[in-house]
Amino acid sequence: MFQAWRNIYSKSDNAKAYSLLSPALFLIILVMLIPMALMLSFSSFTQVSMMEIDFTPTIQRYIDFFEKSLLVSLLIKSVKISFIVTLITLLTAYPVCYYIAFYVKKNKMLWLVLLTLPFWTSYLLRVFSWKIILGTKGVFNSTLLGAGIISEPLTFLMYSEEAVIITLTHAWAAFALLPLYVSLEKIDFSYIEAARDLGLSKFEVFWKVTFPLSLPGVIGAILIIFIPTVGDYVTPALIGGTEGRMLSNMIQAYFGKINNIPLGAASATIMLTTVILITVIVSYTTKRLTQRLS
Amino acid sequence: MNENFIQINGISKHFGNVKAVDDVSFSIKEGEFFSLLGPSGCGKTTLLRLLAGFEYPTNGNLLIDGSDITALPPDKRPTNMVFQNYAIFPHINVEQNIKFGLRKLGLTDDEIKKRVDDVLALVKLEGYEERFSGQLSGGQRQRVALARALVRQPKVLLLDEPLGALDKKLRDEMQLELRTLQKEIGITFVFVTHDQQEAISMSDRVAVMSEGKIQQLSAPNELYKNPENIFVSDFIGETNFLKASTRSKDGDHINVAIEDLGDFKVKNNLNIPENSSDVVCSVRPESMMISRDKSDWDICLEAKINQTSYLGEMTRFYVEVSGINKVITVSSQHFDNQSFENNTCFISISLEDISLLQKK
Repeated sequence: MFQAWRNIYSKSDNAKAYSLLSPALFLIILVMLIPMALMLSFSSFTQVSMMEIDFTPTIQRYIDFFEKSLLVSLLIKSVKISFIVTLITLLTAYPVCYYIAFYVKKNKMLWLVLLTLPFWTSYLLRVFSWKIILGTKGVFNSTLLGAGIISEPLTFLMYSEEAVIITLTHAWAAFALLPLYVSLEKIDFSYIEAARDLGLSKFEVFWKVTFPLSLPGVIGAILIIFIPTVGDYVTPALIGGTEGRMLSNMIQAYFGKINNIPLGAASATIMLTTVILITVIVSYTTKRLTQRLS
Repeated sequence: MNENFIQINGISKHFGNVKAVDDVSFSIKEGEFFSLLGPSGCGKTTLLRLLAGFEYPTNGNLLIDGSDITALPPDKRPTNMVFQNYAIFPHINVEQNIKFGLRKLGLTDDEIKKRVDDVLALVKLEGYEERFSGQLSGGQRQRVALARALVRQPKVLLLDEPLGALDKKLRDEMQLELRTLQKEIGITFVFVTHDQQEAISMSDRVAVMSEGKIQQLSAPNELYKNPENIFVSDFIGETNFLKASTRSKDGDHINVAIEDLGDFKVKNNLNIPENSSDVVCSVRPESMMISRDKSDWDICLEAKINQTSYLGEMTRFYVEVSGINKVITVSSQHFDNQSFENNTCFISISLEDISLLQKK
């Protein structure tokens, strides 16, 4: 019996792979698949009263979602905020990574460590520190007031969409830096020299060679920022106020204060579907874009 | 034929304190297969990159076909390069790689198609248009790199150790093929290599470099037969060095005392002064004769065979000459290690085959 197992094990790469993966698989099933299955099933129930849930399957919760214009607009807003955050992060992180990958000769690691240093502190702490910077009596406003540039504190800085965008952009920048840096660092410099040798200007070389070759990192950065920020609720809760509220805050409320677990579950499912859809679209279009560019 | 097609005038390139290329001047002829040969770190690749425009010289200027290119960026130079690792763009296929350099030349679609087809035929890669770099063998990649550079019809093709990554057999084939190709299209090739056999077998002329300087620039046979200094003599092929000192001159010959062997009269091509003790005699292993019996050559020495290595087309003997505390290498096509009793033999040297060189 044991010998038989050993034979299977030594012959089959699949068996080896699965046995090596099994702890991770177990964990994923436990903390991802089961909760997701629960969420899906709850989204088909009905909250009858405070404590009572009707377990008859229905798709009414999804209809509810699209009938509540608040929820739909919050979904759109979540996607919009994440989109802007992703865009700003890419536009700021890409040049930095480009610089480190191609122009820094010594101590590249030191640069990366310094850039990612703020991200070694807790996420909550960082969000709170933005509160200190952007608040009515915060660093930003008191400096401007003290310098006499403004007479009233700028209120739009805090408890607004902009505040959420600023904070999220900073909070997730490090996660964009690493994939971008790795993909740029991996590009053999001789490709760039070859393109110059073949008659392209520096600008053309970037669009025809460097950028297409760094696309895996760009896609990685997009997804790694977009996916978590769509669902982020800490930042909007602390900094966003009513203005900067996102769908995730409503979902949290459905599971808590409002106590409509089925609608919360349906909202979460819709959000998940949206994110998956956008992910697929992003991966597909960037791939097409590469082919078009070259 | 333009004798000074590429002019390299007093070119230096310093990286910090390192003089990678140190005040080098020479010319390359039009349509020539020219090699830069030297050990790693001798400055040959830097010189090639200066020609390509990837580096700019600290001093000096560069001319190609009469126009000064010293300050031109790579995309404005009439040169194209075959990179050591080929640098085939991995995100586009072979055809797109080859077309890559054509987009800025202002050609019509028909002209582009014709050029691509012609160059694919030239490097024998028809049918590989749709492949990607990852789907090609080393030799095929090398052909793509060659095609991509040649399709632009540059005045000068620069090749940076393009055969280094190939296995021995393929390398030998490609050497012959490159040589034929160059003669066929007549473009000036500047070829960088550390492999002396490669340089000698392919080139019209070779510049041997070391420590940023040209040690010798001549045709391959000259390089081998008449090395101008110890470095070249040692780097090209194999040789035996014997300590010596010069005595009096005698026309184009000079009397030398070779250590432990006695006084001889040898030719003095390099015009080495009299009474100098800073000289060595160089004798190639294959110019000596090994035999069972004494010969009537200018020098004949009794020797003991220490070791032999059988190389197929020849056998190399490492012999110890009685009275000289030095192992001498002799190669022979006629004898192998079975030929000698008690490992005793005679080695003979003709004075004609001794090159007198000056120490630095």
